[in-house]
Amino acid sequence: MSAVSDRQVITDSLGVGVGVGLYGVSFGALATTSGLTVAQACVLSLLAFTGASQFAFIGVVAAGGTPTAGALTAVLLGARNTFYGITLAPLLRVRGLRRLATAHLVIDESTAMAVTRDSVRQSRIGFFWTGVSIFLIWNLMTLVGAVAGNAIGDPKAIGLDAAVAAAFLGLLWPRLDTPATRWLALLAAVVALGLVPSTPAGTPIIVGGLLAVVVGMQFLKAAPEVTE
Amino acid sequence: MTDLWWGVVAVAVGCYLLKLAGLAVPEHLLEHPFTVRAAALIPVGLLAALVAVQGFSDGDRVLVDARVGGLLVAAFLLWRKVPFLPMLIAAAATAALIRLVA
Repeated sequence: MSAVSDRQVITDSLGVGVGVGLYGVSFGALATTSGLTVAQACVLSLLAFTGASQFAFIGVVAAGGTPTAGALTAVLLGARNTFYGITLAPLLRVRGLRRLATAHLVIDESTAMAVTRDSVRQSRIGFFWTGVSIFLIWNLMTLVGAVAGNAIGDPKAIGLDAAVAAAFLGLLWPRLDTPATRWLALLAAVVALGLVPSTPAGTPIIVGGLLAVVVGMQFLKAAPEVTE
Repeated sequence: MTDLWWGVVAVAVGCYLLKLAGLAVPEHLLEHPFTVRAAALIPVGLLAALVAVQGFSDGDRVLVDARVGGLLVAAFLLWRKVPFLPMLIAAAATAALIRLVA
């Protein structure tokens, strides 16, 4: 791999930051059409700041699930950020207050833009430029989307319910890179739909999702060659 | 405060603490292969269940409606590596169009 300039790392990071930040508009719009207030949508983007968890919370609530079921799903999804942090800790080496602030920027994209670099210096540049640019644009666009979503009369008439499903598919897609994860996803989907008629909204997602993980752990243990 | 606000606060606090834990907790406590693999699988399971429930049910029963058309278009565009936001707009427009025609 040829040497890349710091400027190139910054440009790449800003490209990702703008692209990802912009879809904060879809989160904002879907949040208010799902029954959240503009303030609730903005607080989620400011303080939770992890897209998949935010979408999961509004998805469960929109489907009639309790806020507790929504929060549980969202926090379970957020657990992957812990493992990003473990990977990032030796690169970032942050302590004290700086660590408290840096932790907030640990998300899919900032991690991806950090761990793919050749030097610690460029890892840090990638992490901070990506994280900060996404944070700023994501929050601004959440506000724009939330206000616009409030102005929309019937969200179904313009297909916003389909957009929520498509958002989850878009977040899932890059993870379906092995046969094992594709089977696991199918299992989770089938179990969740099977539970829909008999359980309260929100439950099928948590039970279907976690059951698939349990089965997946067994399956992957039995066939380790399937893992990377 | 309404229940919804408590949910928002729980998501915010929970997600932040999980991020902080990764930077703060000694590596050896969490790097067990079992834990690492489970953490990689959890998003797959939950997101797949979310796609299914959000795309093929109304919360109480399983049904197929205009959303499925939107999801099919979304899947095609994701396969063609179309970016997230245009993909979402195309999915929404497809579902809206199907409803308009039906």
